Amino acid sequence: MSDRALLGDEAVALGAMHAGLSSAYGYPGTPSTEIMEFLLEAAKTGGDDVHQAHWSSNEKTAFEEALGASFCGRRVLITMKHVGLNVAADPFMNAALLDIKGGVVLAVADDPGMHSSQNEQDSRYFADFAMIPCLEPTSQQEAYDMTRSAFDLSEELSVPVMIRLVTRLSHSRAAIKSSEPRYQNKLNKADGRAGWTLLPARARRRYTELIGKQEKMIFLSEESTYNTMKTAVDSGRCELGVITTGLARNYFDENAGEISVSYNHLHIGQSPWPVRKIRTLMDSSDRLLILEEGMPFLERYIRGIGSDSMPIDGKLNGKVVRQGELDPDNIREALGLPARPALDFDPGALPMRPPQLCRGCPHEDSYNFIKEVVEHLEQSIVTSDIGCYALGVLPPLEVPETVVCMGASISMAKGAAEAGHPNVMAVIGDSTFYHSGLTGLVDCVADQAAVTVIIVDNSTVAMTGGQETMLASARLPGVIEGLGVEKSHIHVVDALKKVHNENVAILKKELAYDGPSVIITVRECVETLRKKINAAAGAAK
Amino acid sequence: MKYDIILCGVGGQGVLSVAAAIAAAGASEGLHVRQSEVHGMAQRGGAVMSHLRLSDDMIPGDLVPRGGADMILSVEPLEALRYTKYLKPDGICVSAAAAFENIPNYPALETVISRVESLPNSRLVNAGALAKDAGNRRAVNMVMVGAASTFLPLSQKTLESAITSLFSRKGDEIVKMNIKAFRSGRDS
Repeated sequence: MSDRALLGDEAVALGAMHAGLSSAYGYPGTPSTEIMEFLLEAAKTGGDDVHQAHWSSNEKTAFEEALGASFCGRRVLITMKHVGLNVAADPFMNAALLDIKGGVVLAVADDPGMHSSQNEQDSRYFADFAMIPCLEPTSQQEAYDMTRSAFDLSEELSVPVMIRLVTRLSHSRAAIKSSEPRYQNKLNKADGRAGWTLLPARARRRYTELIGKQEKMIFLSEESTYNTMKTAVDSGRCELGVITTGLARNYFDENAGEISVSYNHLHIGQSPWPVRKIRTLMDSSDRLLILEEGMPFLERYIRGIGSDSMPIDGKLNGKVVRQGELDPDNIREALGLPARPALDFDPGALPMRPPQLCRGCPHEDSYNFIKEVVEHLEQSIVTSDIGCYALGVLPPLEVPETVVCMGASISMAKGAAEAGHPNVMAVIGDSTFYHSGLTGLVDCVADQAAVTVIIVDNSTVAMTGGQETMLASARLPGVIEGLGVEKSHIHVVDALKKVHNENVAILKKELAYDGPSVIITVRECVETLRKKINAAAGAAK
Repeated sequence: MKYDIILCGVGGQGVLSVAAAIAAAGASEGLHVRQSEVHGMAQRGGAVMSHLRLSDDMIPGDLVPRGGADMILSVEPLEALRYTKYLKPDGICVSAAAAFENIPNYPALETVISRVESLPNSRLVNAGALAKDAGNRRAVNMVMVGAASTFLPLSQKTLESAITSLFSRKGDEIVKMNIKAFRSGRDS
């Protein structure tokens, strides 16, 4: 098959399609979004053997929808960012106990360096926690190849398999070679219920099975072509043993030509850890350097408690940068190599240019009326949530006081109101509301909490590039009324300067009400609008 | 042959299209290409930077090391200065001259310009005016591809066909305008 220049994310998508993918579900989240976007685009072509691809309300529903398709014997892919896996943790952990016949592959994209995230948690811990294999590509080609392998591995072991991506690979483009596509699995519902009904007695048996599979998983890691050992020419004892995982290999290779001591190099792309290979490396080296993209996960495993048999350098003793992304320069430093000759130039003091709301963004108008109300109150709390509107934290708006995780605005507001604080407001986007806000609002209704929820409805998932919100904007008031918020305390207003004073008045009135109220501020995202206009203009030509 | 480029500007200025055009041209000339992009929150009106690597041999990773860039190609002069640590001692900085002022503490433009000019190898381009002449202020990015093109190890022909396919779905007029912008940058 011919070469195609693909993002790491797109290579995963194509790998899944060529592995006979039947269904894909996910929730948008940087840096994972482009996997599903590629699959959605590809699904438009139609045809007999085309896959299903759908955005879901959140990562948990996505995972469960995929499990339903796997129960029918189909191959399924679930996509999300690292923190999304926290939301999907319940089905994810339990899926490891199921008797998987239709391959289940979870593509999860971590964000070391927090380019677009609220933490840099390392999903490999989750794979280990669930006791399933994890494949970690280092190039777009591997992203394609490993995704194909992951489906085979999932069906061979009857467990879900994780593909762990990171931002740099997800969002870097290179040409890949694809191979012959495979047909989809036929519809073939799981036989016998014992493997899919996790009642305690049956779950115990399934857990025994899962534990029993570990030996085979480790064996497959030992044999895996993704775990490669490069020994020094004389293949004797080396001064240095290097273990790389993930993108660390690329940055190591970038610098390896300049290493003056003899070294052996083990790269690990498939876990659980190939214990024998690691042992071989340790036995043939005087000291060890562990380079892994993410948290010091392998390093902790190897160090154990006081395993002082050999000197080990890594993130835990500060030889490798602990936080943020690896790059060719910090790996160079870890290898003890001098900095490359660079330009001797002082650019002077440069002001930062942080991300900010687009010009004309509707969120600005929403925050402006909230800000005016807040400025006239002695005490108030404004919680906020995950999305573009989190940028309202920065000057000049500086309105939200909390941004924690998807949906937390409403639930935290309830907690604050019930702690006795007056004038509590929660700011949440329309898509985030469907993701994790609904349940918090039900809690508010149940206890008649004095919370005013402001849903900033820009009718899109803006931060991730303008995916459609699950339900059309017009249905939002009905959903809220259905959850039990009294109709007289639901307001739909425009996010526009010209109705600023009216919006101020409504918010003041609702803050005086001792119960839950919702103000929906509506105006389409300017970026989504611009794209629509451009697309229409392109189509007209 | 190995040619590493740092591309930079402000989110919304079309840095990704600059990367896409040069990467596609490189690939069509049979080179290995690695191109790292910026998506998501980092993209919203903030400083954006992209790594682009061209080589006739395997490329180990997506990131250009510090002191490793043959070129900094920027659509904004302050952003060009932000990444000078990536430049090779004999590397060149090609930057648009006009400021994109969306921060309250943007330094005096003369200072920024004179700092760019004080680099050993630099080229400032009046890209705003050239883009306007070509028919669209937003084409600054393609003017800059043109200005960079005389230094790149790529032919004018492959760059122009890459630009053509990049904008083809937006219609003939947009393609023509971007080619015009490219040529005006190349001839500047």
